[in-house]
Amino acid sequence: MKIKIGVKDLRSEFIDLIQRITGEEIALCYQCGNCTAGCPAAFAMDIAPHHVVRLLQLGHEETVLDANSMWICVSCLQCYSRCPKNVDISRIMEGLRQMSLRKGIDKVEIKQLPVDILSDSPQQALVAGFRKLVN
Amino acid sequence: MTKEKDIGYYPGCTLNTVARGFDTSTRESAKILGINLKELSQWNCCGAVYPLTPDNLMGVAGAAKVLSAAEKEGERLTTLCSFCFNVLKRTKTGLDRDEERRRVVNDFHEIDYSGGVKVLHFLEVLKEDVGFGKIKESVKTPLKGLKLAPYYGCMLLRPFEEVGIDDHENPTIFEDFLATLGCEVVRYPKRIDCCGAHISVSEKEIVAVMSGNVLLSAFRNGAEALITSCPLCLYNIERSEEALVKREPAFKPIPVVYFSQILGLALGQDRESLGFERNMYDFRPLLKSKGL
Ligand code: SF4
Ligand code: SF4
Repeated sequence: MKIKIGVKDLRSEFIDLIQRITGEEIALCYQCGNCTAGCPAAFAMDIAPHHVVRLLQLGHEETVLDANSMWICVSCLQCYSRCPKNVDISRIMEGLRQMSLRKGIDKVEIKQLPVDILSDSPQQALVAGFRKLVN
Repeated sequence: MTKEKDIGYYPGCTLNTVARGFDTSTRESAKILGINLKELSQWNCCGAVYPLTPDNLMGVAGAAKVLSAAEKEGERLTTLCSFCFNVLKRTKTGLDRDEERRRVVNDFHEIDYSGGVKVLHFLEVLKEDVGFGKIKESVKTPLKGLKLAPYYGCMLLRPFEEVGIDDHENPTIFEDFLATLGCEVVRYPKRIDCCGAHISVSEKEIVAVMSGNVLLSAFRNGAEALITSCPLCLYNIERSEEALVKREPAFKPIPVVYFSQILGLALGQDRESLGFERNMYDFRPLLKSKGL
């Protein structure tokens, strides 16, 4: 059976929101997998970058939000750099993180972090980490 | 003696503290090469990461303030840390092409940033202002016999259309720079892959694998040390060496040093001032073994 997904099929409140806050168009992805092939963190993700986009195209937002992928993504932009369709997955991942963070659901609790990480890390790691993982 | 060239300098938080050697070695070599780094009289944290959701204007507020301070003091601004460079340059691009965003940020800070400052990474300054040819002439201690692997990571290259200091898939600026210092430049596949960046605060084991992959790629191609321009890359990679020894018994830890330390060494700066004592894996025994 042929499955055809057009821009019109991709309308939902969730997709509208994620497209609005990221500026990306989910339908552009044609699943070549280049992003995942180049992603240095894909090995640790529950769902690989190109599958994250596919699941969003198919409306499985809960599956995507439950996965660790968005928290593992390091915003290195290798996916975007190699995407033939100019899809910026780093933005989609950030959009997903923001959806959680903007509801007040954080990935790390600063108080719970081991002391050696807080005392040993370069400042940029803490500032960057808190910006990405804490509301 | 060439006339000194003035350029605004933004050290950023990390270079002011844990990465002091990166800062001091650069100031010294700049002087030798006729570049006058003028530290901004006032600066704040750049924010470390550029917000990837365009509606997050608060995320660029810090960097915008730095740019506004910089344009008051000169036409050009340089920085060393790859993160700072990436954030400042992307913020500039974003604000310069969108008047509305610029207005909101200006109103928020009560500043009047107008887009009048150029942001450069110090490697670009070395290439464009000084020229690699001139650096070669200034080398007092050619780093003969040292096999060094340049590590770009992400922030110097991506997104290529906004920040790329060179081709995003096949950059050569770092290799060319090292070659002028007389060392053997190691080429290896993972030189543009990410070290794991900020998830070092939440996912140490994953960072160990990511940084380990970079290290192993360099090591297998003959690297005796890894050269970086980012304190977070240095931190992540140094702290992944032990795990890599366990994963790959053939691997032997190698030092990770800043490109400015290597430059200072070649330019004949006082060794004590280069900050090698701060590195987790000492670079000096390697130098000694090469008679340097
Ligand atoms: S590289 Fe681009 S088009 Fe290909 S799967 Fe990834 S997001 Fe889709
Ligand atoms: S930005 Fe995220 S998804 Fe893209 S390559 Fe890097 S880690 Fe993977």
